[in-house]
Amino acid sequence: MLEKLGLYMQYPFVQYALIVGVLIALCSSLLGVTLVLKRFSFIGDGLSHVAFGGMAVAAVLNMTNEMLLMMPVTIISAILLLRTGQNAKIKGDAAIAMISVGALAFGYLLMNIFSTSSNLSGDVCTTLFGSTSILTLTEKEVWLSIIMSLAVVIIFIFFYNKIFAVTFDEDFSKAAGTNANSYNLLIAVVIAVIIVLAMNLVGSLLISALVIFPALSAMRLFRSFRAVTVCSAVLSVICALSGIIVSILAGTPVGSTIVAVDVAAFAVCCLAGKMAGGMHR
Amino acid sequence: MALLTVQNLSLGYDSHAIAENLSFTVNSGDYLCIVGENGSGKTTLMKTLLNLQEPLDGQILTGEGLKKNEIGYLPQQTIVQKDFPASVREIVLSGCQGRCGMRPFYNKAEKKLAEENMEKMGISGLRERCYRELSGGQQQRVLLARALCATGKILLLDEPVSGLDPKVTAEMYALIEGLNRGGITIIMISHDIEAAVRYASHILHIGDALFFGTKDEYLQSTAGRLFLMQQKGGEA
Repeated sequence: MLEKLGLYMQYPFVQYALIVGVLIALCSSLLGVTLVLKRFSFIGDGLSHVAFGGMAVAAVLNMTNEMLLMMPVTIISAILLLRTGQNAKIKGDAAIAMISVGALAFGYLLMNIFSTSSNLSGDVCTTLFGSTSILTLTEKEVWLSIIMSLAVVIIFIFFYNKIFAVTFDEDFSKAAGTNANSYNLLIAVVIAVIIVLAMNLVGSLLISALVIFPALSAMRLFRSFRAVTVCSAVLSVICALSGIIVSILAGTPVGSTIVAVDVAAFAVCCLAGKMAGGMHR
Repeated sequence: MALLTVQNLSLGYDSHAIAENLSFTVNSGDYLCIVGENGSGKTTLMKTLLNLQEPLDGQILTGEGLKKNEIGYLPQQTIVQKDFPASVREIVLSGCQGRCGMRPFYNKAEKKLAEENMEKMGISGLRERCYRELSGGQQQRVLLARALCATGKILLLDEPVSGLDPKVTAEMYALIEGLNRGGITIIMISHDIEAAVRYASHILHIGDALFFGTKDEYLQSTAGRLFLMQQKGGEA
C-alpha cells in the first residue's frame, strides 16, 4: 500500500491536491469557532450555495478561471447577508435561506439550459460534492489557492485579538472604541473567500462541515479560545490529509471522505471530552 | 467641569422617543444609580452614554479629560457567552482592546494591567479556568475586571446583580463600593431600589416621573417615595 502511495505522490496533481487541501483545511478551521459562537453557521451554508450559483454562471460563460467570478459574487453576498442581519426587515436566517435556495435553483437552471458539456449530472455532482475537482486543479488555480489561503491565515493572526473580542462581546467592543461592524464585515469577507476556496476540496454542499466540525471537536477538549483555535486547525489539517490519502488509495470521493473523517474525529473528541471530564486547559 | 454632563437628552429607537428631556451631571467620585420601571429606557440610556446608539436629541459631554472610549462597561450577559470557550485571562485582557487601536497584539503594560485587575477582583487563581464553568458571581467578577482594564475612571454597570443569590449579591455590592471608594465613578442600572438608596450618592429616576438629585433629596421627593412604596408593596 505504501508503494502505491509513493507512486501516486510522484504525480504533480496529487501533490497539488495535498498542498491545496491542507491549506484550505487550515483556513476553514480558523474561523470555525467564531462562526459557531456567533450563530453564523448558516451564513457559511448559504454562501456556499451562492458560490455554486456563481460557478454555474462562470461555467455557462465558459470562463477559464471560475474563481474570478465566484469570489466577488460570494463576497458581495456575504456583505449583503450581514447587512440584512443587522437592520432586519427580513430576519437573518430567512434572508440566508432565500439567497441560498435561490442561488442553488438558478445555478442548476443555468447549467441545465446552457450546458456546454455532455455530462451535465457529472458537472453538477462535482460542484456540489467536489468529487474530483481537487485532483484536476491547474497550476494557476493552485497558486491562486495558495495565495488566498496565506492571506486568510495572515489576516486571522493579525486580527486574532480583535476577532476574539468582537465574538465574545460585541457591545463591549463597540463601547471600547473598536469598530465591531467593520470586523464583522471582515469576518464575512474572509468566510466568503474560504468558501470559494473550499469548493474545490469538498464541493459546495459539504463546506459547512469543513468549517464547523473541527471547531466543535476542539471545543469538546479545550477551554481557552487560543487552545480551541490551535486544536481545530491541527485537527482539520490531519483530517483533510488522511481523508485525501484514503480517497486516493480507496478510490472514494475526496470531499465526502474528508467529511467522514471529520465526523469520526468529532465522535472521538466527544468521547475523550466526556472521559477527561474535569481536564482544565 | 463634570466628568459627564447630559443635556436635554432624548432617547429611543427610530425617532420614537421613550424618554425625553433628561439632564444630569456626574462628577468624579459619584455613585449614581439609575432606577425606573421596566421599559422606561434605562438600558437605552446606558447604550446612548456608551455611544452604542445615537441620541434622538440633546448632548452628552465629557470632561476632566475623559475620552469617549474610556468608559468601562459591565453588560448583561449574552447567550453567546454561556458556552464560549475562553479562559478568564483572555477575557480580562480583551478589556484592553480600546488601548490598542490598530496595534494587533497586547503589549506588556496591558498584560500587567490585566493581571492587576484580576488580583483586585480576587480571581487571579481562576486565570486559566474556562469562563463558562464559573459561577454567576465569578463570571461577574471576570467581566468587572475586564471593564476595569478599559477604564481607570468611570464604570457603567447594567444590572450587575441580576441572577445572583443574596450572599453573592452582597459581595458584589461590597466590591463595587470598594471600587467607588478607590476613586472610580460608578453609574449603575438597578432594579434593586433598596440597594440603590443604600449605596448610591445620587439617584436618577426615569419613567413617568423624572428625578435627578442626591439620594437624600430622592428619599424626600414624591417620585422617590412613590417608587419605594410601590417596590416594597410589589415584593410583599
